[in-house]
Amino acid sequence: MENPSEAVRKAHRKRRIIEEVKGWGWLAPSLIGVLIFFIIPFYVVIYYSVLDNPIFSNFVGLDNYIKLFSNAAFLRAAKNTAIFSGIAVPLSVVLSLWMAFALNSRIPGKSWLRSCFLCPLMVPIASVVLVWQVIFHYHGTLNQVTALFGMEPVDWLKTNWSYMVLTVMFLWKTLGYNMILFMSAIAGIPKDIIEVAELEGADEWYKFVHIKLRYLSPTILFVTILSIISSFKMFREVYLLTGDYPFESMYLMQHFMNNTFNSLDYQKLSSAAVLLSLVMIVLIGALFLIEHWFGKDVEE
Amino acid sequence: MKLHLSRRVRGHIATALLFLLALIAAILFILPTVLTISNSFMTEKEITANYGAMIDSASSDKKTYIAEELNLKFIPDKVSLQQYISVLFKSPDYLIKFWNSVILVVPITVFQILLAAATAYGFSRFRGKIREIIFFAYIILMLMPYQVTLVPNYLVSDWIGILGTRWAIILPGIFSPFAVYLLTKVMRRIPTAYFEAARLDGAGEFQIFTQICLPLCRSAMLSVGLLVFIDYWNMVEQPLILLDSEDQYPLSVFLSQINTGDVGLAFAVAVVYMIPALLLFLYGEEYLVEGITYSGGVKG
Repeated sequence: MENPSEAVRKAHRKRRIIEEVKGWGWLAPSLIGVLIFFIIPFYVVIYYSVLDNPIFSNFVGLDNYIKLFSNAAFLRAAKNTAIFSGIAVPLSVVLSLWMAFALNSRIPGKSWLRSCFLCPLMVPIASVVLVWQVIFHYHGTLNQVTALFGMEPVDWLKTNWSYMVLTVMFLWKTLGYNMILFMSAIAGIPKDIIEVAELEGADEWYKFVHIKLRYLSPTILFVTILSIISSFKMFREVYLLTGDYPFESMYLMQHFMNNTFNSLDYQKLSSAAVLLSLVMIVLIGALFLIEHWFGKDVEE
Repeated sequence: MKLHLSRRVRGHIATALLFLLALIAAILFILPTVLTISNSFMTEKEITANYGAMIDSASSDKKTYIAEELNLKFIPDKVSLQQYISVLFKSPDYLIKFWNSVILVVPITVFQILLAAATAYGFSRFRGKIREIIFFAYIILMLMPYQVTLVPNYLVSDWIGILGTRWAIILPGIFSPFAVYLLTKVMRRIPTAYFEAARLDGAGEFQIFTQICLPLCRSAMLSVGLLVFIDYWNMVEQPLILLDSEDQYPLSVFLSQINTGDVGLAFAVAVVYMIPALLLFLYGEEYLVEGITYSGGVKG
């Protein structure tokens, strides 16, 4: 006969094991799918990226990566993505913050304005791409408008101006999303702090810089990194606008990947995918650190 | 002489200016969509006359009048349903492509949400160090761009022999972790007291899930479903890489090709394509906003 405390402990342990099994049971279907479709093949991708070719499988270390860095197409894609993000992301953050404040102020028709700002989020890019083409065509609307001001026509899609075209399309698509994130952050700014500041005679500018921006800083950083990540996804717009072979300043990472898929160069594909995933992990790591630091700071 | 305006008047002027700016921005935001819709009511002849200069092949056709400049027009000369009639009755191609989109997107959305609900339940009800790490891995996976995830997807599809079929898009889509992440965040906010009470009443785990958890998450599931739907309705990258034949392409990819061919019909096709998304937007704008708000912040 075992003593009662032993029996209680045993029963307790048994219950914990059952709990544990149940917990994994709920996760199992998704976990298996994720392992099969993403995680396991990704390890194979890493494996491929250090081999010379799939048939002889000689280990070549970082050779594939080094080759990537001397690949003109890859470098161009990386450069274009960097330039485009450098222009588009700051604009996206500032403009969406402005929109969020505008919709939080005392202007009429706010819910209509919000619907207008959110509309592009739902409209498929493929549907409006025709209008973009008409606007940015050499004989198109934008050049007709600038001609009224006596400016020379510009071939928007086939010169370095294409960064601007990308930026416009990016802003059109993403501002609504960022605006909603900012609006919910603005709603979270404690009212009493602003009231106290007002009592002490703070003007609008002081309130904006020292209170609102301070409370919004984690969201601003969050939106910045989220925008960088979504700027990696601009391929859609460019593909629909210009097809497989755009002007060189619109050649993005996904074009590089698509063309490499077509030639089935596994080594190049794998090393590019691994390299990009590392870049993403750095960005995501930054995202978490920001949440960690600022989250605490503001909550206190 | 300096104008001395009272604080109130200045406030009014500032509000009016802000409203004006916001109004202009809002108009710019809906302009591409409105133009697409209004142009879809032009006759094919009018479209060709206005936008024919965009297509190289059309310029050799001397029979129809084509303006040298592109004329972006708001209001059709003659309102006509000719484009729609052609799309719906004369060119079954577009309807087939539309159907291609539907049979890709609907299963992905429905099953991703259902699977995610169960998985999120597992993540939110059963905590533990390993599960936290897995959840973290899901977030990283969620943020990865297609340039990274399509390579593993491609390899697995090749191994299990579904490459070139719709399953190569549908299966990874179902297991995509986006909905898991958002629903977990929502479920973690449900007070545990609800679940404990049900358990004391003798409800089993599955019963708690279906009777307590799911009803509480209904609006969140709709929000997330909306976001998942738009994302896949817009898809371009996956079909280009994972599908073999253009017959299987969804309308999102196919639209970019009629832009250069059948421009007379393109606007009507574009409108047909955006109708499901627009209807969902009109019906579910609040859900959309809710969904975006959930996605703010990466922590659970």
